[in-house]
Amino acid sequence: MIAAQRLGEWSTRAPEMEEDIALANIALDQLGAARLLLTYAGELEGAGRDEDALAYLRDDREFRNCLLVELPNGDFAVTMAKLLFLSAYQVPLYTALAGCADERLAAIGAKARKESAYHLDHASLWVRRLGDGTEESHRRMQAAVDEVWPYTHELFTPDPAAPVDPATLRADFDATVTAVLDEATLTLPQTSWTPAGGRDGVHTEHLSYLLAEMQVLHRAHPGARW
Amino acid sequence: MYGNDFPAGDAPGGGLLDEVEAAEAALREAAERGRRGATAGEDLAAYFAEVIDADQKIEPRDWMPEAYRKTLIRQIAQHAHSEIIGMQPEGNWISRAPSLKRKAILLAKVQDEAGHGLYLYAAAETLGVSRDELVDLLLSGRQKYSSIFNYPTLTWADVGAIGWLVDGAAIVNQVPLCRCSYGPYARAMIRVCKEESFHQRQGYEILHTLAHGTPAQKAMAQDAVDRWWYPSLAMFGPPDSDSTHSAQSMAWKIKRFSNDELRQRFVDMCVQQAEVLGLTIPDPALRWNDERQAYDYTQPDYDELMRVIKGEGPCNRQRMEHRRRAHAEGAWVREAAAAYAAKQRNKEKVAA
Repeated sequence: MIAAQRLGEWSTRAPEMEEDIALANIALDQLGAARLLLTYAGELEGAGRDEDALAYLRDDREFRNCLLVELPNGDFAVTMAKLLFLSAYQVPLYTALAGCADERLAAIGAKARKESAYHLDHASLWVRRLGDGTEESHRRMQAAVDEVWPYTHELFTPDPAAPVDPATLRADFDATVTAVLDEATLTLPQTSWTPAGGRDGVHTEHLSYLLAEMQVLHRAHPGARW
Repeated sequence: MYGNDFPAGDAPGGGLLDEVEAAEAALREAAERGRRGATAGEDLAAYFAEVIDADQKIEPRDWMPEAYRKTLIRQIAQHAHSEIIGMQPEGNWISRAPSLKRKAILLAKVQDEAGHGLYLYAAAETLGVSRDELVDLLLSGRQKYSSIFNYPTLTWADVGAIGWLVDGAAIVNQVPLCRCSYGPYARAMIRVCKEESFHQRQGYEILHTLAHGTPAQKAMAQDAVDRWWYPSLAMFGPPDSDSTHSAQSMAWKIKRFSNDELRQRFVDMCVQQAEVLGLTIPDPALRWNDERQAYDYTQPDYDELMRVIKGEGPCNRQRMEHRRRAHAEGAWVREAAAAYAAKQRNKEKVAA
């Protein structure tokens, strides 16, 4: 949901027209998966909340997204670093979900896995192009990896109670990311900083602004249909 | 899958879609008929005239008068630019769309517009001009885009009004172009019109929901229609008495109807739809004329249209600045892609 919101911000701003289409396409996929998941979450909760109630009427302390996706878009390199890390995590996640015992989650995983594979391809290609392009693009792509990398650790916080324990996805993620960065002549930063908190509703300062914009119209007309 | 949950009966676009399909059938039929005996050997101009007369298509490799080529480049490029600049007023509401379904529909629509832009640039390129050249002409202000996109989207209802009125006017304008004499343009228009009529229906659906929602929503819808009605009428261009390109374009079968004829067709179409919406068209002089079998209406302010075309509409500077900035800020990315591609080609050469 939040990743879709950020990608949607690129609309009309991409470096080339083909990329405008690609980013909108990926935003649409992320939004589609979010809608399925939110709808199902609302049903499980059984309190009558639909996808819109969950998207538009929760405050930032109630959002459970990882910090990675709420970070601002930055330049194109930052966006591609975020997309690479997100999709390298989502491919094994949705693949595992597709085989889980919960039928609804399995169906969502099966659908989203194919889309995530496309997102991963797209991000990998751009990270290679930028990393192994010009001096300027290499500098920016390395800076983007350095900036975003610390936020990936939160994705793999162990949770044995979850349908898929995120800790089990780490090896797959590391293998994918290392291969892409190698080819792109980029390196991972050495840092001990591992920001987290998103899954507990403790976010960066960015999320509240994002939600203020996203929710403004819906909240201004309580109970209205659109 | 988007927005199909609206009963088809009173939604707009049905009749126009039939026309698009008829044009598509005619195109296929003309292709099967093949061209008449003449070969393009001796008298090129006579051959060109013959193809036009026979309602067949001029294709990129055919000889064509230089003025025909130039007129088409100008018109197709302006059309492509309009798709690209036209993403901005609607893109302005993606982040604030009031439901997830509406957000998805709007994202898909803006994406479609980028696709139409690319498709039209490709059609223009068949006439021997490159997309980069055309983009430069847009960014330097030497080529125009539709005046309508220089108006701001101030509320969510504007997204609905753009769909219903702006896309509606675009379709009325473009459906006859599905039969235009230049093959690549005609084929592009068939594809574009199909998607546009879908967009128009989505816009109509937004307004319908608002007009049947809370009083605040209905007021929002009416306000949007009040602001977009005349700019939409102006989209058909100056009145026939002032139109400079019309006669030649008609003779070449690029244009098939005059500005005023299309404008009238649009007004007649909208009046009924506005009634179903429960919204008022902001023209006190609007009334059925039994003699003409058409609605009388107040003309848009053509002085305002000329001011907007000249660059003095509410958002001209903002739209151009936005496009220029996206282009400039993306330069390093395009350079990186080119450098990477060159390296890859080198590697392949070394390997081979």
